[in-house]
Amino acid sequence: MSLEQFTKRDVSPEYIFYEGETKPKTGWEFFKRGFSRAIKGELFVGLWIVLREMFAKGNTHTVSYPQEKIAMAPRYRAIHKLLRLQESGSERCIGCGLCEKICISNCIRIDTKIDKNSRKEISQYTINFGRCIFCGYCAEVCPELAIVHSGDYENASEQRAHYGLREDMLTPLDEFKAKKQQEFPGFGAISDDADSFVKKTPLAY
Amino acid sequence: MSDILVNIDGIECKAKEGEFVLNIARANDIFIPALCYLSNCSPTLACRLCLVEVDGKRAYSCNAKAKDGMNVITKNEEIETERRAIMEIYDVNHPLECGVCDQSGECELQNYTMEMGVNSQSHCIADMPRPATDWGKIHYDPSLCIVCERCVTVCKDMIGESALKTVKRGGPDLDKEWKEKTPKDAYAMWNKLQKSIIGVASGADTLDCTMCGECSSVCPVGALVSSDFQYKSNAWELKKIPAANPHSSDCSLIYYDVRHDSISNSNDKIFRVSNDYSFSPIHGGTRYGYDFENVVDSKDEEAFEKVVEAMKTKVDTIEFDSFITNEEALILQNLKDKHGYNLVNNDAYMYKKFLENFSSTSGTNLYSGDLKTVQASNFVISVGTAIKTDSPNSGYAFNNALSMNKGAGLYFHPVIDPIVDGYSKNLLSVNHKVGAEEAVLYLILDLFGKNLPVETADYIKAFHTTCKQTVGEGEDAKEIEVDENSLFEMIGVTDFSEKLPKLLAKKDTFSLIAGEDLYNHPKSKNLAKLLGLIEKYTDFSVLIIPSQTNTLGVSLICDLSKNRGEFTLGYNVKADVTLSALGKGDLDMPALNQQEGTFTSMNKRVVPTNAALSFNGYCLNDIANELGFDAELTIDYTEELPSTKGFKRVAFDDLSNEFTRAGEENRGYLISSKILTCKDAVDEISESKDMSNPIYLANPVQQFSAFTNRAHQLCQAGSLYASSEFLEKRELKSGDMVIIEGSDSVKLTLRVELDLMINGDIPYLPTFDTKLHAKQFFPDGYRFAEVSIKGVK
Repeated sequence: MSLEQFTKRDVSPEYIFYEGETKPKTGWEFFKRGFSRAIKGELFVGLWIVLREMFAKGNTHTVSYPQEKIAMAPRYRAIHKLLRLQESGSERCIGCGLCEKICISNCIRIDTKIDKNSRKEISQYTINFGRCIFCGYCAEVCPELAIVHSGDYENASEQRAHYGLREDMLTPLDEFKAKKQQEFPGFGAISDDADSFVKKTPLAY
Repeated sequence: MSDILVNIDGIECKAKEGEFVLNIARANDIFIPALCYLSNCSPTLACRLCLVEVDGKRAYSCNAKAKDGMNVITKNEEIETERRAIMEIYDVNHPLECGVCDQSGECELQNYTMEMGVNSQSHCIADMPRPATDWGKIHYDPSLCIVCERCVTVCKDMIGESALKTVKRGGPDLDKEWKEKTPKDAYAMWNKLQKSIIGVASGADTLDCTMCGECSSVCPVGALVSSDFQYKSNAWELKKIPAANPHSSDCSLIYYDVRHDSISNSNDKIFRVSNDYSFSPIHGGTRYGYDFENVVDSKDEEAFEKVVEAMKTKVDTIEFDSFITNEEALILQNLKDKHGYNLVNNDAYMYKKFLENFSSTSGTNLYSGDLKTVQASNFVISVGTAIKTDSPNSGYAFNNALSMNKGAGLYFHPVIDPIVDGYSKNLLSVNHKVGAEEAVLYLILDLFGKNLPVETADYIKAFHTTCKQTVGEGEDAKEIEVDENSLFEMIGVTDFSEKLPKLLAKKDTFSLIAGEDLYNHPKSKNLAKLLGLIEKYTDFSVLIIPSQTNTLGVSLICDLSKNRGEFTLGYNVKADVTLSALGKGDLDMPALNQQEGTFTSMNKRVVPTNAALSFNGYCLNDIANELGFDAELTIDYTEELPSTKGFKRVAFDDLSNEFTRAGEENRGYLISSKILTCKDAVDEISESKDMSNPIYLANPVQQFSAFTNRAHQLCQAGSLYASSEFLEKRELKSGDMVIIEGSDSVKLTLRVELDLMINGDIPYLPTFDTKLHAKQFFPDGYRFAEVSIKGVK
């Protein structure tokens, strides 16, 4: 049995080992290597590719920001959003305070109170974006999928402490009515196989 | 009770014969789950979670009494199946609103559901509408209620009001088919649970009790919460700051639950007060009167310099009340020693004199009783205190003794108190004539005295006459000699001699609670001496309730005098220059929730209290430092409290403030008492003037001082409080205006308010509303005064 897989501890067995080309030892061998390198046309292969791509159409990766913007991947974690309930349009946030608790940079603060209908109402929700590290824990812990990350990555600001208030983060009603509110598929969203974990509870009705 | 050994899960535990197994396990750090049991209260057996195996048989550890050599197993497969089924059933129809529930994070239903690993539900029953109701300061949500009956139990066994009871739920009955599917105990628990819900015992719409809020404190779920706290914060956000009750002399352990105020204000704010309900109940004044802090933006240097200047030149007297810490009292005493100020504190002065006279006959400088001895006794007498409002915690201990020890008691007070009357069937309320306290104490000596000094015994004997009475009828008629005690007549009671033997049957531990009426009594000197004789010559251990938070501490630390000099500095008292924590003086001082320091409680214990909120101004220590002292912090003085008076040289940071698992009070230290030489001489009963229209000086429930009245939940305007009987007699209605005219032609026009928690013909004036200047009607400090009350149209 070959002991190679045991001796080469730093790599996994599927790797192909390349030892490199053998080094020239004699003067003749040095001359041979120098000659073959000099007359190979590799230099021109490279030059040709550059020339070709320079004149090719429609294959540039550069976008002309800010006129043009890249659509972020769905799991990208940028500035937060507060979502509304799909049916009623009222806020999803119930003011449980879990995001405030889990936030590792301590940048979320909420104020809650009892409203006219004796329900818990969230009177203000703030995130200090100057401190936020966009770890996504708040979105993950939220039991209502209310606080999520959006794709809005433009958070340059005149000052270090840049606060996001509820009014800034909550989906505007017109946008909501136009059905532009999107679900967040990142951390905290319901997984595709969530149904399989549900245990049924008997009902007496 | 002898010491025995009980084996719980292989661990040998020392215990007392007859102690409950659950308490033994808790004291020895062995976990037995239990939802419905409360220490110091009777077991209700509602939850059945504390199921254990005692010598191979199933038993409930909360009411299984320990016997020597007992073998207890707290956990096996059978027990665990039961417990899991019980928790599953508690979760049936329990609303999934943990996200907004105020109890979330400290909810015992959450904890035990996790503990028992309930991750699926196999039980069900149709729910019914259970709307939430507001009971004044307490909010009750029946849909969250698991009917553990802790609230009912604590209200009955500890607080003594029985304001709550279980009422019919009126939902669907439990289907019989569940009986086969469910373990035995879980089914029994479910069956009971499904039938009842908590309701107000009197059937009224709202709670008609003293609103101590203890029910909301003991509630394991979010069913009973403070209406004010509702939906404001979460358990995990609040930082618990251990402290001592700042409003009354019980100085119970409390926690200020503190958090930043709001998004726009990151200063700390007290959101509520919580307590260790297993071992120390607290009253409504403490629970709801927490935000009496004095908010100051910055140090007012100008005002400070003015005060220091006045102290250096003009001031010859410092007047203060006893809502201060021991350290502050010591600072004042040091100032007196160095600069010769007169220290005036009328409340502590009277108490100090009373204690001195007490020790002249008792032979010890301190009384022997405390709340624990009251709680442990089975015969309790209360004299000279409106116990419900003066010292609710003494009332709780009194009631706890009556209900837990099959005890009996006597309550002597001129004002009829239906709440105290309701403590127990075995409590006899004696509403004696105003001023008859001497006769009451002589009666106690007469009934319980052993080997009394000859003079006193002879004097008491003179009250007894024997007369002949015929008993029976016809031929059986016999003439017997009956002992008649004229003391009964002096007190103004008739049927005492018939009831007393019943109350006294099988009683062996005795406590006497003496209160504020006695210190300012015209005959206080003799009353104190009589109390001393009771302490010495009877089985009673006497507890003398200090009238304000730290009255005992101040009276031990400070040398007080009675009269003001020419220029007075007042600390929380209005004077020529006033330092005030109430925010109305010349220089702002920190309130007691903004200070660290120690109090001397009525249990003769020096207990620490921590600052819940910061204070940006000057404190008394800063003034003392300007006047030649050098201490960085006020608590530097904790070590220097006078050891000659029984204090110990312990630094503040070394004082603990907690209860052990076994319920021992591990807070601060006990003041040591001294043995003194004593005499037995007491005076005879002096004639007291009959008062035709007496008025009493007392506060309504939850109010104790101007500090409680600053709290937003308790803030109210003072009135004359009167019973419905009083109002009917004078054809007044609650809310009418009346003029009170006292001696020296002092007059006051104020509202009269109906107080349902007193009866009889004596109304009372409160001290918590400083605008009323109620004390002007009581020039000698005696709490009863003769006044005329007229209605105004």
